Amino acid sequence: MSVSNTIQQLSVFLENREGRLDEVLKVLSLAEVNIVALSLADTSDYGMLRMIVSDPDKGRSALKEAGITAMLTEVVALRVPHATGSLCKAMHQIVKGEVNVEYMYAFANGSDAAAVLKSDDAARVVDILKGSGFDVYSADEAYRANQ
Amino acid sequence: MAKVKLADWKEQIRTPEIECMSRDEMAALQSERLVKQVKNVYENVEFYKKKMDALGVLPGDIKGIEDIGKLPFTTKEDLRDNYPFGLLAVPQNKIARVQGTSGTTGKLTLASYTQKDVDVWGECVARGLTMAGLSAADRIHVCYGYGLFTGGMGLDLGAQALGAMAIPMSSGNTKRQLMCMEDFGATAFACTPSYALYLAEAAEEAGVVDRLQIRASINGAEPWTEEMRKKIESILNINSFDIYGLCEITGPGVAMDCIHHKGLHVYEDYFYPELLNPADQSACADGETGELVFTTLAKEGMPLIRYRTKDLTSIEHGTCECGRTLPRIQKFTGRTDDMKVIRGVNVFPTQVETALLSMGGGVAPHYMMIVDRENNLDVLTVMVEVDEKYFSDEIRKLDQLKARVGAVLKQALGVSVRVKLVEPKTIQRSEGKAKRVIDNREL
Repeated sequence: MSVSNTIQQLSVFLENREGRLDEVLKVLSLAEVNIVALSLADTSDYGMLRMIVSDPDKGRSALKEAGITAMLTEVVALRVPHATGSLCKAMHQIVKGEVNVEYMYAFANGSDAAAVLKSDDAARVVDILKGSGFDVYSADEAYRANQ
Repeated sequence: MAKVKLADWKEQIRTPEIECMSRDEMAALQSERLVKQVKNVYENVEFYKKKMDALGVLPGDIKGIEDIGKLPFTTKEDLRDNYPFGLLAVPQNKIARVQGTSGTTGKLTLASYTQKDVDVWGECVARGLTMAGLSAADRIHVCYGYGLFTGGMGLDLGAQALGAMAIPMSSGNTKRQLMCMEDFGATAFACTPSYALYLAEAAEEAGVVDRLQIRASINGAEPWTEEMRKKIESILNINSFDIYGLCEITGPGVAMDCIHHKGLHVYEDYFYPELLNPADQSACADGETGELVFTTLAKEGMPLIRYRTKDLTSIEHGTCECGRTLPRIQKFTGRTDDMKVIRGVNVFPTQVETALLSMGGGVAPHYMMIVDRENNLDVLTVMVEVDEKYFSDEIRKLDQLKARVGAVLKQALGVSVRVKLVEPKTIQRSEGKAKRVIDNREL
């Protein structure tokens, strides 16, 4: 059985209006979708909520049903040991490989941490990282992190 | 579902003796009816007697349709001032039905019909349904609102006059609309264009398009564009037609476009159209934009003389490729009262719609314009829905889209616009007339 090395991030477009974030979180909670990690980027008139969740497909359909625009985005979760300079080394490899990183956020997972990366070529990022001795989270590991 | 190509279209004309009449014969018919109508209103409507007396015009001065310019105008304010029954030309017990519109200022505009007026209304809508290729064999699903609003009743009367099956759904509950459309085997539907697009999108999303037997839609009551028509037609694989009307004159069925889509044919044997320059009310030549003004030539209940619609359009009198000689009014460029002057530039909501549709994707043609005044400067904000297919989780891409929309709108309107992207399907789809502009300026 092959293990997927990229993971699905649940991305939600949020208009800047009162209670909108609350609505999204409520839908996920009712659908029993656990949020492992999240990042909220804001602009002057809308926000972008990006999440690693326990079941991205279920989360997306629950949101869709509630009339909330959500999409799944392929990202890579780099395993970063709790040691100074480890993220720096990994990033150096990605830069050398000439892949463009759109955004990044992190979550801790007990003995190590994960840096979630969105790039224009997720498969290539996995290749670069694995080729230079780094590890990435499998989808299953990421969705059940910290549990 | 079977869109008919123009080359394969078989034109049907319900009343060729009227719809294809020569201009001379039509002018003679109109003259005869106008002379009679003017005498009628002078004798039976106090309001018109006073207005004509004030202008020094007597019924005898009106010898034919060419004299119409001598007659006084009627405005929406006149209707409000004489609300509800002040403009009747018959006793109230002759009124078979009333219909109305909610005015933006709160008070209703009420129109009264005798039974004959109701029959004429149905006949005019039936002419339009025939123009859309429909016949007694068709099943017409009406999802215009029923009630005082003329949409539901007008299409219902038209279906009745045609001998077709009317399915009186009224508006709302999209899932149920689609279910009934499928179950009852509807072959045509009628509603506002924005709701038609919404229904089409919903049918597509639910994957039921192939199960529907719809082949035509009749849409009106709000301005829409060619691009919007093509979008509805392509999603549902049907032919869509534009119907126009206003309750003061009769309701939907005053004018309708044929398969050639070269303007809406006005049923001028009943509703005489004039196009007047908004600045000085002088008559416009064919092709010139002006305010549309109607005289109801044969109405009994509440006849109106030179009623100012505030709708801006132009008119063409040449014979259409469909064979009709009825004049054609073009799609509306706006209303004299929807027009917003922003930093001195005249802006119409329809321009925004056309511009958004011209982008060919990225955003949906649903929008809301908000006009504010900040530091004595007009600011126009346009809220635009992101098309679900173009939605991205990357802010950079959304910002590029926003910049592109801003550039397209600035080009189209001639004023700079603040674009605000909103979630798909969050701008209200209307079941009556869509509200597209909010003006927060206190002037």
